[in-house]
Amino acid sequence: MDLSSLTIKEASELIRKKEISPVELTRAVLKRIEEKDPRINSYITVLWDEAINQAKEEEKLIVSGNYKGPLHGIPLSVKDIFVMRGVRTTCGSKILENFISPYDSTVVKKLREAGAIVVGKNNMDEFAMGSSTENSYFGPTRNPWDLDRVPGGSSGGSAAAVSASLCFASIGTDTGGSIRQPASLCGVVGLKPTYGRVSRFGMIAFASSLDQAGPIAKTVEDAALVLNVIAGFDPKDSTSVRLPVPDYTEHINEGVKGLRIGIPKEYFIKGIDPEVEGAVKKAIAFFGDLGAHLEEISLPHTEYAVSTYYIIAPSEASSNLARYDGVRYGFRSPHCESLKDMYTKTRAQGFGAEVKRRIMIGTYALSAGYYDAYYLKAQRVRTLIKRDFEKAFERVDVIITPTSPEVAFKIGEKVDDPLKMYLSDIFTIPCNLAGLTGVSVPCGFNSEGLPIGLQILGKPFDEETILRVGHNYEIHTGWTRKKPPFA
Amino acid sequence: MKITKETVLHVAELSRLEFNQEELEKFTEQLGRILQYVEKLNELDTSDIEPTFHVLDLSTPLREDVVESWLTQDEALENAPYSEEGFFAVPKFIED
Repeated sequence: MDLSSLTIKEASELIRKKEISPVELTRAVLKRIEEKDPRINSYITVLWDEAINQAKEEEKLIVSGNYKGPLHGIPLSVKDIFVMRGVRTTCGSKILENFISPYDSTVVKKLREAGAIVVGKNNMDEFAMGSSTENSYFGPTRNPWDLDRVPGGSSGGSAAAVSASLCFASIGTDTGGSIRQPASLCGVVGLKPTYGRVSRFGMIAFASSLDQAGPIAKTVEDAALVLNVIAGFDPKDSTSVRLPVPDYTEHINEGVKGLRIGIPKEYFIKGIDPEVEGAVKKAIAFFGDLGAHLEEISLPHTEYAVSTYYIIAPSEASSNLARYDGVRYGFRSPHCESLKDMYTKTRAQGFGAEVKRRIMIGTYALSAGYYDAYYLKAQRVRTLIKRDFEKAFERVDVIITPTSPEVAFKIGEKVDDPLKMYLSDIFTIPCNLAGLTGVSVPCGFNSEGLPIGLQILGKPFDEETILRVGHNYEIHTGWTRKKPPFA
Repeated sequence: MKITKETVLHVAELSRLEFNQEELEKFTEQLGRILQYVEKLNELDTSDIEPTFHVLDLSTPLREDVVESWLTQDEALENAPYSEEGFFAVPKFIED
């Protein structure tokens, strides 16, 4: 049996019964990374020795009867945006190429407390800015379903690693779709929890009012198991909420009979790949067969979401990334004439093109004379987008849409056209702007065998319902069981 | 609004970034197109709409003022490109 192809649920059952050991499982995953990852490039750093050492510690605990729960002894990975004590954290950037964190992010701390084995740090678009993982300083990640194609982004390393069974699940981050879009393009499950559900402490900031961490996993149930561990209030993140954390697997098996599903007409527009549209519509009809009520709804401000996002996110980013000045940590350009020269050269040499583009857009939108016209205007339109959803959720329980308007595109296809790249996130961005939760679940393959994903959006802090809907779909269709040919 | 090279140079200065001639051409063209695209928002009348700076109703959480240990000075300086005598060191920026 190839242990790495199991789900968390299956592997944890075997660990609990002491039929397999964490060391055995971790070795199986590391061996696969060694064999397969040179071609996929889903990891920036692999913790070869640390992972085995940690697995040995966890094994001792399990043998002595201290089983901690479903993540105990399970090899996971995290996007290289989460800091981890004593380990390099690059955020996909040259400017942090040699940054060794002196402390742990809350997400990593919680995973380790639950007994999970962190096997490595996944590749990503630099500072999480991108939709293809081509913006990484450490080279692009390749899609396991077709090595000439992108895995999506920015959590493309996480999605590719899960898809190719190079970890059991990974923690990604989602500012405008960076968990859901790569999950869709790699044929795995990606959950963006509601803003405030998971602590952002130790997660390198991109756009602070939108960033949120969440699991990318092989199945919906696995995603729920991981969310159980990482969710919750954190005194170190004042935007994390003091709400009780339910057991996200408790109601996951309940049906969807009578559930009201909204289908927004603005998400089935000209320009969407017909095969994607077909697969998603088929999935929606399937929910009708399961007894859900389907209702067409309207989210009239959808077409303004990308514009709104590409003002707000770069504005916040330009402010957040001001900290990379070559003084306290990270890269510093050598031979500088003056302090200002040092700041400028450090940033010009340390950041990649997309990060510079976003810093420039944000600085422009926030600069004197333009603040009202761009930044304030975008925040007002954000209110309209949020209201669209509030109104819709008075009538429906969840909203179903395609996750991405297309399947995985070719590496290099969009790198010279930033606007075209930005439009990859057209269906995922509104969820972040409105403060909702959303999950992408595989819903079939196109004629070339590339995965298609459907997106289920839920009310703020109603992860339970979207996970239940996703799980219902998954167990009846089994798309998540299909493995990429490469793997 | 048309973005000129002068505007790009000004914003680069504010951002503490610099570009060579080729990058400047490319950024001027790309930023112009992106800003033209986002001007779509002007189709909407938002004069009566309150802005949403944040999706949550945030308040500043308070806690007891208890001293906790955090990074030591050495740990805080570990990642510094240059440090001297317990300080972050930078090029001289005050005239003699």
